[in-house]
Amino acid sequence: MSKVASTTLRDSLSVSLTVGAYGVAFGAAAVANGFSVLQSCLLSLLTFSGASQFAVVGVLGAGGSAISGIATASLLGVRNALYGVIMAPRLKVKGLTRVVAAQITIDESTAVALGQETQGDEAMRKGFWYTGIGVFVFWNLFTLAGALGAQAMGDIRAFGLDSAVPAAFLGLVWPRLTGNFERSLAVGCALFAIVMTPILPAGLPIIATAFIAIVIGLKR
Amino acid sequence: MSAFWIATIGTSVIAFALKYSGHSVPERWLSHPKIQRINLLIPIALLSALVAVQTFSEKSQLMIDQRLVGLYVAIVALVYKAPFPVVVISSAVSSAVVYRLLK
Repeated sequence: MSKVASTTLRDSLSVSLTVGAYGVAFGAAAVANGFSVLQSCLLSLLTFSGASQFAVVGVLGAGGSAISGIATASLLGVRNALYGVIMAPRLKVKGLTRVVAAQITIDESTAVALGQETQGDEAMRKGFWYTGIGVFVFWNLFTLAGALGAQAMGDIRAFGLDSAVPAAFLGLVWPRLTGNFERSLAVGCALFAIVMTPILPAGLPIIATAFIAIVIGLKR
Repeated sequence: MSAFWIATIGTSVIAFALKYSGHSVPERWLSHPKIQRINLLIPIALLSALVAVQTFSEKSQLMIDQRLVGLYVAIVALVYKAPFPVVVISSAVSSAVVYRLLK
């Protein structure tokens, strides 16, 4: 194996394992919020996008409707469409291969691919496929482990799972808070959601913040 | 069909449709700077709101309990640049300890 290919493989594998391991947190969170083990595993297999998956279980767990959960998860999934736009001209795939490529188009596969940009298109393609497939395998295995573990626990609060979910959301948003503007937006949306929680039906205070983001994005 | 099944299937179908559309639509449709910018802001807004609601509410009621300690520990872990699993586990452990002490 050439040196370039082996660095790409190493990058892909390390990302796959670490990210895949978060699947434990998702599986546990899903069961803690009322999803069955089967539903938790289907979300990881079919939705396969961490933030969206955490969002739908978070919204339903907070008493929100299915529509609120789907809407919140889908708004978070829009970025995968943008990743597809970046990857499509490099992958140049059709038919069933394109279906598979689309399913593994997530933060990590796109990030590793872009990280290989200086090594050429071939390394980018390898980075995308290795990472996408690697994360898919580990994410699903660890989801099953987390879901079964949480199911065996009973009172999830005694194991801190009620805190693991907001901590996971915080861990997902933290790297995005790159400046004062982003931090203000985050604090503002958190306060807005808290204030609106007793007033609006469950789930809506969360979705409403997406519209705050859209209005601010259009204005600036 | 229960809300959980509707949510599971609905989320999955739309998630795939979004991914596939990115591979299929002309690049210029989604490359507008405002769309790119909104796409950076939406996750910040939604994830922050989710942190708040998941920490301070139970159904539609506001409350403060062991989850506040969990959130505090998660923030400390992130400030010290702890990796994601450490953030989640330290938050869970501290929250569990407080819950068991107060029970």
